[in-house]
Amino acid sequence: MKLTLEIWRQEDAASKGAMQTYEIDEVSEDMSFLEMLDVLNEQLNSQGDEPIAFDSDCREGICGMCGLMINGEAHGPEVTTTCQLHMRSFKDGDTITIEPWRASAFPVMKDLCVDRGSLDRMIQQGGYISVNTGSAPEAHSVPVPRDHAVRAFTAAACISCGACVAACPNGSAQLFVGAKITHLGELPQGQPERDQRVVDMVAQHDHEGFGGCTNIGQCTAACPKEIPLDVISQLNKDLRTALRHGL
Amino acid sequence: MTDMPDTTLTSHPSHDAPADGSDDAMGYYTPGEPLVDRKAPDGPIDERWNTRKFEARLVNPANRRKLSVIIVGTGLAGGSAAATLGEAGYRVKSFCYQDSPRRAHSVAAQGGINAAKNYKEDGDSVHRLFFDTVKGGDYRSRESNVYRLAEVSTSIIDQCVAQGVPFAREYGGLLDNRSFGGVQVSRTFYARGQTGQQLLIGAYQAMERQVHAGTVEEFTRHEMLELVVVDGRARGIIARNMVTGSVETHLADVVVIASGGYGNVFYLSTNAMGSNTTATWRAYRKGAYMANPCYTQIHPTCIPVSGSHQSKLTLMSESLRNDGRIWVPKNQADCTKDPRDIAEKDRDYYLERIYPAFGNLVPRDIASRAAKYVCDEGRGVGPEVEGARRGVYLDFADAMDRLGEPAIREKYGNLFDMYARITGENPYDVPMRIYPAVHYVMGGLWVDYDLQSTIPGLFVTGEANFSDHGANRLGASALMQGLADGYFVLPHTIRDYLSDGPFEVVPEDHPAVVESLAAVEERIRHFMTAKGTRSVDSYHRELGNIMWEYCGMERSEDGLKKAIDLIRTLKDDFYRNVRVLGHDQSLNQSLEKAGRVADFIELGELMCIDALNRRESCGGHFRTESSTEDGEALRHDDLYAYVAAWEFTGDEEPPVLHKEDLVYTAIEMKQRSYK
Repeated sequence: MKLTLEIWRQEDAASKGAMQTYEIDEVSEDMSFLEMLDVLNEQLNSQGDEPIAFDSDCREGICGMCGLMINGEAHGPEVTTTCQLHMRSFKDGDTITIEPWRASAFPVMKDLCVDRGSLDRMIQQGGYISVNTGSAPEAHSVPVPRDHAVRAFTAAACISCGACVAACPNGSAQLFVGAKITHLGELPQGQPERDQRVVDMVAQHDHEGFGGCTNIGQCTAACPKEIPLDVISQLNKDLRTALRHGL
Repeated sequence: MTDMPDTTLTSHPSHDAPADGSDDAMGYYTPGEPLVDRKAPDGPIDERWNTRKFEARLVNPANRRKLSVIIVGTGLAGGSAAATLGEAGYRVKSFCYQDSPRRAHSVAAQGGINAAKNYKEDGDSVHRLFFDTVKGGDYRSRESNVYRLAEVSTSIIDQCVAQGVPFAREYGGLLDNRSFGGVQVSRTFYARGQTGQQLLIGAYQAMERQVHAGTVEEFTRHEMLELVVVDGRARGIIARNMVTGSVETHLADVVVIASGGYGNVFYLSTNAMGSNTTATWRAYRKGAYMANPCYTQIHPTCIPVSGSHQSKLTLMSESLRNDGRIWVPKNQADCTKDPRDIAEKDRDYYLERIYPAFGNLVPRDIASRAAKYVCDEGRGVGPEVEGARRGVYLDFADAMDRLGEPAIREKYGNLFDMYARITGENPYDVPMRIYPAVHYVMGGLWVDYDLQSTIPGLFVTGEANFSDHGANRLGASALMQGLADGYFVLPHTIRDYLSDGPFEVVPEDHPAVVESLAAVEERIRHFMTAKGTRSVDSYHRELGNIMWEYCGMERSEDGLKKAIDLIRTLKDDFYRNVRVLGHDQSLNQSLEKAGRVADFIELGELMCIDALNRRESCGGHFRTESSTEDGEALRHDDLYAYVAAWEFTGDEEPPVLHKEDLVYTAIEMKQRSYK
């Protein structure tokens, strides 16, 4: 198939960017979206034009490195990561717009690459259980009810891609924070630090410039791992509880 | 069965290696002194690790903050080490090329992690895990290291559970286990099909906690491009900030490389796009020996290549072989037909035919090689790519008749969905297509029992080292090794080295630092000014084709010699004709790839030399000159029961081969048979 691509080009963080138009031919429906961009980059390289910078690593939907706004949707039209989106979701003659994640907490570094360090910095504020190596008790000493383990896993499946933020009109990362709060809060091991965790992570969330949640739900709709919206309710509940405890 | 095509696995002549030991690689290398690991204590195998931990000197807690550690890589091996050394109070600098430590490719491991907990009371033990791992590695690993791996495996599970890793659990709230990779006990812990992700998040969170505590400083989007060796000790790295393009010097008392494997030397593999050999290869060029580089693992159940645009391959859990039947058409003419229209009598269930005892469950290397043979004969299925159809059917029709579709959906639903997403075909209706792909490398930098390389002060952990998996890795053992090294082994062994520190401060204008920095800048300058015509990717793809063809599942003397010539020609052309656009002082992905491909090309040559030297079929690899009368792999313990450790001596000089003899005291060497 033949496609017209409107792609965001930006030299670096300090420069102003703009959309540019590219034509690409002989796109096979078996290509992944990123392989289509690889082909475009080979084309650009042979013409002497600098290839388009975009992030990806595992290309199997689990590392969270890739992420593009495709026709205005985070990761494009399917519920999956950009790397797992295939060209059979498009048709001959389509025009596709491709932009980087749009959020003030994710500054653009070049073309389609953004800086998501803010997500790591939120984890640094308590998105963990404090247990030094070697000090752990026997694994079977604390049984975990299966439904708690399942809910913890569902929340822990977050890949930190940032699609929730990019999809949110407020640029909120509450689905991301809620997922971590739920993952660790469902487990007995996560209880001792539960109150402090939510207070500190939320403070960092606001400090990074993420917006507030207004229950629109675009985050969960865009999430390639289908993290449920109720992790945000859990976040709010845990925050209320922590504040009542005087934190 | 009279209309069976004349195909068996004996399509290649069988030769035994000459009794005096052949020297296929003569002229490609220089024989060197034998190599011995002096760090593993003597004595009974189950006491060696305790002895070493006791003998390894301690570092006073107050001194630890004066000692600095550089760790390259943030996967299971690097992230766990950064967290643990940070907790101990050392000053850690952690580097990764991704934008976050949590993206390292350990994240993609699906299956699980082994541990000798014996929660199922099914006869498992440390000794049995040790035994299975050595046997799985086809008796080419070092027994002291493997025993220690099995020993610490149980602590890994305790640690991960305490961190909040949500392993699968039973209704009573206790941990669930499954049997994995053909072993007879259930010792594999798992978190759905995302075990690697969950373990990595555990290590990552532990590391981020230390970032918060101020003991670990993280450098994301930084790539190590050179090792700095001062007065014979590893003292730092040269790294490029991949966002600004600035080339930085980072110095420390000790350097740890945990940068993963080099499977991308094949271009197409299940590795991440950025997985590379540069950290390990640069260390090799600075004097660290590279051990058994030709040992690669090829996984039989991957989704086949769909076109020349293919950028990577996707693995599907080999548990699929429990219920799927593998076949190809008997007649080439049927290869383009809809498989559902091919009559039962026209199908060749070749694994069931050749290996009636194990059928579709033969080990990975045998299943992989058999698929290659039937496709080489022209009986492959699926799209034609570059003149060949490379795929075989994995058919669930019988299983669906027997168990019903809901049962299959329950067991394999996520894998079927993944397959459908990638191929656009519905595997509930049409048989899946699979083909082998490079998945893991057992070879890597040589390390002693302390995980220290031949350069003092350079430690190597996880897939980047060679030590624990021999010639083939057992399923669910990669995650175990990465975490064993980082959480429980390295922190003890590195303290023995660090107890001599802090070492004399290295000034940034030290000649060794200046030289390393200049070498990196010169390499970058070369790529930016080469002004050639071919893209980096085109060279990478060509290298991959050579490696896959001649140094993949099956190797021969002639093929490997041809590959070495082709690689040398490719290298020459690459340096003259590569085109890298853009600027070096900015984010430049072509430049990043150029450096990696340059190192892959050199590594590819060494892999071929190593494979040429090893005239035996062993573990994951098969030499056509070394097979039994019925075409099966034939190992030569009399000639090759050693680790081949290669020393770099200069670009124009052949590498020097040092042999470390493998001695087994706790286990007897045996030949495999699956007929």
